[in-house]
Amino acid sequence: MFQERTLDIFVLLILVIVPASAVVTDEPFTITLATRAVIFALAGVGLNLALGQGGLVSFGHAAFFGVGGYAMGILASHAQNYTPIMETPFLIEGTNSMPVIWLVAIVSSGLVALLVGALSLRTSGVYFIMVTLAFGQMFYYFTISWPAYGGEDGLSIYVRNQFPGLNTLDPIQFFGICFALLCIVLFLVDRLNKSPFGLALNGAHQNEERALTVGINVYRLRLVAFVISGAITGLAGALFADLNRFVSPTMFSWQISGEIMIFIILGGVARLFGPVVGAALFILLEHVLGGLSDYWFIYLGVILLAVVLFAKGGIIGKLAKREAGHGQ
Amino acid sequence: MNMLLLIEQILNGLQFGVMLFLMAAGLTLIFGVMGLINLAHGSLYMIGAFAAAAVAGWTGNFLLALIASMAAAAMIGALIELSVIRRLYDRDHLEQVLATFAMILIFSEGTRWVFGSFPLFLNIPDYLKGTVTLPGGIEYSLYRLTIIGIGLAVAVGLFLLISKTRVGMRIRAGENDREMIGALGVDISVLYTLVFALGAALAGLSGALVGAIQSVEVGMGEPVLILAFVVIVIGGIGSIKGALAGAVLVGLTDTLGRTMLPVVFGSFMDPSSATTVGSALASMLIYILMAGVLIFKPTGLFGGS
Repeated sequence: MFQERTLDIFVLLILVIVPASAVVTDEPFTITLATRAVIFALAGVGLNLALGQGGLVSFGHAAFFGVGGYAMGILASHAQNYTPIMETPFLIEGTNSMPVIWLVAIVSSGLVALLVGALSLRTSGVYFIMVTLAFGQMFYYFTISWPAYGGEDGLSIYVRNQFPGLNTLDPIQFFGICFALLCIVLFLVDRLNKSPFGLALNGAHQNEERALTVGINVYRLRLVAFVISGAITGLAGALFADLNRFVSPTMFSWQISGEIMIFIILGGVARLFGPVVGAALFILLEHVLGGLSDYWFIYLGVILLAVVLFAKGGIIGKLAKREAGHGQ
Repeated sequence: MNMLLLIEQILNGLQFGVMLFLMAAGLTLIFGVMGLINLAHGSLYMIGAFAAAAVAGWTGNFLLALIASMAAAAMIGALIELSVIRRLYDRDHLEQVLATFAMILIFSEGTRWVFGSFPLFLNIPDYLKGTVTLPGGIEYSLYRLTIIGIGLAVAVGLFLLISKTRVGMRIRAGENDREMIGALGVDISVLYTLVFALGAALAGLSGALVGAIQSVEVGMGEPVLILAFVVIVIGGIGSIKGALAGAVLVGLTDTLGRTMLPVVFGSFMDPSSATTVGSALASMLIYILMAGVLIFKPTGLFGGS
């Protein structure tokens, strides 16, 4: 048994050491795997804010992941073809600057989350799960049938976007960018969880009526949490698109929503580092089991089923001391 | 747009809606009685289709294939209820979602492992091929008309089962008060297995019937599952009547939207962009319908408060 904080630092260390040693042994593929893990972790941290802290079981976070991805795809494809996105009423050009793309991804996925959240949060419980799932599918089918940005085939971006002062095509430097963003977001989410806002959100999760009675506007509170959650997942989507230099409707598919949820449950619901551990484990399983068998999803399914049925609290719940967990 | 085409599309929409009802009825029954959200329902739909394709391949008998689809789905449904699902009834929805999601992974990859990645084909039997002439001179596919008939017959049967029989009475009692019916000496766990197997059989039948129109392949269940969720949200969870109304509404909206919207947009736009905008909007139409219902009635058309 460890203190949860000790475990968290240990996890971060592993996430740095693995790609760093891959640089020494010259294995860029391992660095790409680590980058994938970090980006998935970021998406999971976003969902965990709504799902773990707020108790909002969203099965539609692929929508925000995809919107972030397409924000990158649309901006970069216009920059790549030297065509403006729109000319009237004012000129908007594409860009290949990462910080600008991130900002657009965060704002646009946040806005989409505002819309989806405003409608979905009118419901609760099992309705909420189904409604968020359905809205996710709506975006999936929309991107498939809208031909302007590749439709079903998706969009390829030939050169990775630029970050001032860094060579983003070097795998370890791109990993560094993603890792730094993950750390910043983890820090901010940790602060948010401990702020009056986070406490109220958790309180409304534990007992909605009591939160209402002390005068908390639960609907607005949850909507804000949902928007922040969507925006973080959108940022992860933009990074994921940049990692692959490709966006397609697959980013919107319901399997992505399910996978983001798997990261959280594997690692531990409502634990700050739950999604980080879960995403790293998922990538590891994908790599190891995928090497053993083409049908590795069977094993993933069995492991997931076992975790849900027998290991409440996920990996962190098993390893860390009990009192460190938030109520669940 | 001429009248004949419109009526044909309405019938297509009805056929689609009736198929969705077979899925949605099982889902809503399982949620109503056991309080379980079952994502693996789409896998049971797929299992039904594969069982039907396999039996039709062996025997060449379509009726046997349909019976096999229901039997296989009901059997596997009962099996997973006894082994896994019943551990989930008193868990929260998140755990139910994840456990049944895990089962989708197992069933999908398992089916791929057994049958391979290539789609199978289930042929419509000769006596259901071709078209019939409906009053008014409309030529319509006999098979699709049969599907509508089967779906409506199942709907009526389900109504009678639930409102007139002893089992139906127990199901309704289970929806209202689980503990009380247990205390009255009804073996609730047998009832649960029964309801789950019934829902599974309906899903399997639906998969087999649709499998003869489309191809039988891994992953065929999940898009239908999500549409069935939309149906339930629109109709109100736990209500069979709501599932029927929602299914027909969704079936008609989707089918008519896909044919009408491009035409409607074409009346004031140039043809190519009308097709683009029309088909993109048509693909979102049922979700817009769902959003509309949620704004005015968050618990669905037939849902309680």
